[in-house]
Order: sequence, then C-alpha cells, then structure tokens
Amino acid sequence: MKNNTLTIIKKEFARFFGDKRMVFTTILMPGLMVYIMYTLMGNIMTNQFTSADNYVASGYVQNMPAELEPVLNELPVEWNDITSDEIDTIQTSLTEKEADLLVIFPENFVAELNSYDVSSGMAAPNVEIYHNSAKPESSDVNVMLTALLESYEASLSNRFDINAGQNDYDTASDQDMTGQLFAMLLPMLLMTFLFSSCISVAPESIAGEKERGTIATLLVTPMKRSSLALGKIISLSCIAMLSGLSSFIGTMLSLPSLMGSTSGLDTSYYTMKDYLLLLGVILSTVLVLVSLISIISAFAKSIKEASSTCSPLTILTIVVSLVPMMGGDMLKNLGMFFLPILNSVLCMNSIFSFQMEVTQVIVTIGMNLVYAGAMTFGLTRIFNSEKAMFSK
Amino acid sequence: MEPILNVTGLKKTFKLSAKQQKIEKTNEKVKTAVNNLSFTAYRGEVFGLLGSNGAGKTTTLRMLATLIKPDEGDAIVDGASIVNHPELVRTKIGFLTSELKLEEFFTPNYLYDFFSELHGVPAKEAAERKQSYFERFGIDKFAEVKVGNLSTGMKQKVSLVVSLVHDPDIIIFDEPTNGLDVLTAKVVTDFLQDLKEKGKTIIVSTHIFSLIEKICDRVGMIINGRMVACDTLEAICAGKTLEERFFEIYEEKVGTIDEK
Repeated sequence: MKNNTLTIIKKEFARFFGDKRMVFTTILMPGLMVYIMYTLMGNIMTNQFTSADNYVASGYVQNMPAELEPVLNELPVEWNDITSDEIDTIQTSLTEKEADLLVIFPENFVAELNSYDVSSGMAAPNVEIYHNSAKPESSDVNVMLTALLESYEASLSNRFDINAGQNDYDTASDQDMTGQLFAMLLPMLLMTFLFSSCISVAPESIAGEKERGTIATLLVTPMKRSSLALGKIISLSCIAMLSGLSSFIGTMLSLPSLMGSTSGLDTSYYTMKDYLLLLGVILSTVLVLVSLISIISAFAKSIKEASSTCSPLTILTIVVSLVPMMGGDMLKNLGMFFLPILNSVLCMNSIFSFQMEVTQVIVTIGMNLVYAGAMTFGLTRIFNSEKAMFSK
Repeated sequence: MEPILNVTGLKKTFKLSAKQQKIEKTNEKVKTAVNNLSFTAYRGEVFGLLGSNGAGKTTTLRMLATLIKPDEGDAIVDGASIVNHPELVRTKIGFLTSELKLEEFFTPNYLYDFFSELHGVPAKEAAERKQSYFERFGIDKFAEVKVGNLSTGMKQKVSLVVSLVHDPDIIIFDEPTNGLDVLTAKVVTDFLQDLKEKGKTIIVSTHIFSLIEKICDRVGMIINGRMVACDTLEAICAGKTLEERFFEIYEEKVGTIDEK
C-alpha cells in the first residue's frame, strides 16, 4: 500500500486534466483574464490621461501681450482673440468640451508687470486660465501653458535655479526602480492569485467528495488516511501552482501596458538564483494554503460551505500582503519569517527588492513545510473522524 | 463450523441536534442506535440482519466496515479487531452500501483499476478478475462510459464489482437490492448465491423477507438496536413464514405495530 499516495495523486490529476472545462476555467482562464483585464486597464488609463500627438487645441485669449505671442504660438494651440462679451460663451464651450483653453490677460499686462513692486503689498497682475480637466487635451495644454508662464515669471526675477543642469539628479538606478515597483506590487498580486487558485481546487476535491458521497468509498479501502491526505494535498498543490503560474504569467505580460511604457521595468535584473528561491517560496506557500483550505473543506458539508468559510481568509491574505507597504523594517526581523503567510509575503518582497538574505528564505520555506506537514497530519486525523466525515 | 466474524457487545450512540430531537419527537440528547449487539457468522454462510428502518442494521454494518467506531464492544473479522486494527479489517472485507458513491466523472474501467491499485491487487490478477466481472454483469459494453451517464442499475452493478476488486472472504452488503429494478435485483441476488457457493461469507442487511428466505442460512433480527433473535432460518421460523415470525417477535418485544 506504499504507493497509495501516488495512486491518489494520479486519480486527482486524471479527474482534473480529464475535464477540459475545468482545465480551461482553472488554469487557462485566470492568466488570460488577468492579461486581458490589466492590458485593457493600462490602455484605458493611457488613453484617459494623454492626448493624441497631432492634436491642435482650440484656445481663446483676451488681451494677448505682443511680447508673449511668439512663445504662446509654440504651443499646439490655435489661438483666437476674443473680447469680454464672448467670455461667457467660451466658458460654456469649455464645459461642453468644444473649446480647450480660455486665457484672460489683464489689459497692459507687460506694463503692469514692469511697474509691479512686490513690497507694495498690492495684488500682482493675475492671468486667468480656464480649462476642462475632464478633457485630456484641455488638461495637457493647460499644464503646458502654466509651465510656460511660470517659467516666464521666474525669468523676470531669477535669483537661483534648482537642478538646472543636464545631470541625472536622481541617483536611483533602473534596477532599484524595478525592485521598488515589483516589491510593492507583486507579493500582493502573487499571494492573491495563489490563494484564489487554491480555493478554486481544494474545496471541490475534498468537500466535493464528501458532498457526492465518494469519500466514504475511499475510506473503506485499506489505504492509510495519511496517504489520502498527502495524495490530496500534493496533487491539489500542483494544480494550484499551475493556476497561480498562469495568473502570474498573465500579470507579467500585461505589466508594461499597465505601468506605461516609461516605467523602465526590466526583469533581467533578477538572476536565476532569485527565480529559484522565489519558486521555492511559492511552492511552500501553496502547500500551506492548500493544507489550510483542505482542513476547512474537510469540516465543511458542501463545496459552498467550504468556499464561504474560506472567504475571510482571502481578505486576511490580501491584508497581510499589504503589510510590507505600511513601512517599518520587518525584513530585518527574522522572527517575522516564522509567521505563516506573512513570511511568504516578506520573502517575496525581499527577493523582488534585491534585499534577500538566504537565511530568510530558508526559514520561510522550512517553516512553511513544517506548517504544511502539521496540517497534513491534522487532515489525516479529520479523515479518521466519523463526526467530520459523516455528519449530516 | 469455523467462526469468521465474532461480534461482541457492540454499542453505538449518536448525539442528537435540536433539529433531530424535533424530528424524532424526543427530549433525549443521545440516541442509542445499536445496544449490546452480539452475534457470530461462520465461514461460508450467508448471515442476514433483518429489521425495520432505523433498527440499527446499517449502523452495525458501518461499524463492521470500520467506517465508524463503536462506543463499546468489538468485532473480530477473520482474526482482526475493528477497534484495534481497522486497516487490516478493510483488507479482509468488501463493503457495499447505497451510501458509497462512485465518482461520476470516471469510467467503470478506470474505477476498477483505481480501486484494485488501492487494494494492492497485482495488475494481472486485477485484469483477469475485471474481465470476468465485467462480462458477468454486462459492464464490458459500458466500460469506457462515464459512470454519470450510466443507468441506476448499471451504476449499482459497477459499485458491486468495485467493492469486490480484492476478492474478499467476507462481503458485507447493506440493502443490496434497494432501489433496483427487478432484473438488476435478480442479477445481484444470483451473484450473492454464486459467492456463497464459492465459500464466501456474506453479511447482508435488509428489510425484505423474501431476500432473507432466498439466500440466508442464518438470520439475526434487530429491533431498536438490540438483537432479539439470532438462529438458523428454520429455527427462527419454526414452521411459519419469516414475515409472520418477525411481527410476532416485534409485538412481543415492542408492542403492537399500531402503537409504533
């Protein structure tokens, strides 16, 4: 009977991979959905906040100073001079997104500027710029015009500059930027995907067998309950890994669209060692999650009951995944790597941010295996409990 | 005669939930399903457990199959204790009940091989036995059809065959013909008689008098969890039909049927 664990694993695989619909919904669909969703979100955000390159905005200006005319004409705006009577009409056009910009200079703007004394305490000449922030083109030209006028104002009384040279004043390397971004995003996404994957397979396999009455058929065979528990957990972990991997690949492929082309993300900074350690952490995390959900499922009377009981755990996992974002120096406290789920999140964070220490990874994987082992033993006991297995 | 199953003082109680108390119209928080039950079955005989619904037959068989543990007492199955060596007991018995379901996704062929593997049956032996069983029950034509797509009768036949993959010496059947059409019921009954002729010991529970009369050598009557009579069919019937004797004993032990 030594190979009964293997027999159970083979049966679980045959059950899962023999059902094309299940393979599609559990493995292919998550990755595909994540890719489509994130790519779509990225494109929508890009389109929402940027205007077309060749767009010429329609701007209306009152009292345009001759000194500023050449500069303003460099903007991608077709300027139309207006009088005071037309201001209300243009404002309505702005609201209705028909016009893009309305600029009102005081009469004799340049003369007022030249005669203005800061120490007089009087209000400075005021330029009014009306735009519509709900229209990307209007927002864009507003930003450009404001920057231009601020630059013009600075040139009138320039005392000192900040970072006026051509140097790269931010000393963070592209690797640091990639690490910071990945460390912030990926542990949470990975944990969410892994938990979703586990919850999509474990309740069906354990609570589902109880609900369908097929678990009793297994329990009257001479197979050891530990073989059943181990076989279930190993096979479910493999399936959940594939599902999690699918979501992960979908995320990685859609990240450039989601983050925008200027983010400078480059996964080539991560070495094979980083990937292997990450794989070890992910594998041991899946074992913990599958064991945990299996125990809950073994107590549940139906798939529905198991899934709803696991729901608070989903929220808990997401909250724990956010912990590294809240600051503090948890990565330096080795004790944190003894706590299940949090240790995986911290470990992923340290790998992605290039701060990983091998001890942390070893403690995390070791502790996860201990927790998974303890829960497998617990599952064995539950399979032996007639109250848990046969209660109506 | 050589005893192969020795049941001594089996007792099983279940806690009743408030809902169950309401259904059973009782204030008792514990229900005694089986109470101090003892009997012996001998090698090669068919032993029938007869009783009404809720008498404790199924609970007794589930204890013998080691699905549930007795509160008190023990049963020695071919030398193995159901309390101390349940895994060993499971190698010696074949258990079939309507409570045990087969995964509807799989085919009879796959399930037979799967359960043979779990029982550690050598591949060649398993293949020969599978062919023999499948031909006998007409499963061979449906060997690659998913169980979910089979008729109720065919499903029952597959369940029966799967419970016997390891050719056990002791076969425990809980209500073997329940819910079957007459043709399938006859196939099952004939098969039980064949098993008996091959020297297998069969423990069968039922409330169908004709089934007991047809296949059983000895019979035990269970009423309210207690064994009220246990003997050969002839000794129990004493010239009357089994049905007449059952109700006589029932009224003697419990009261009139109407009172119940």
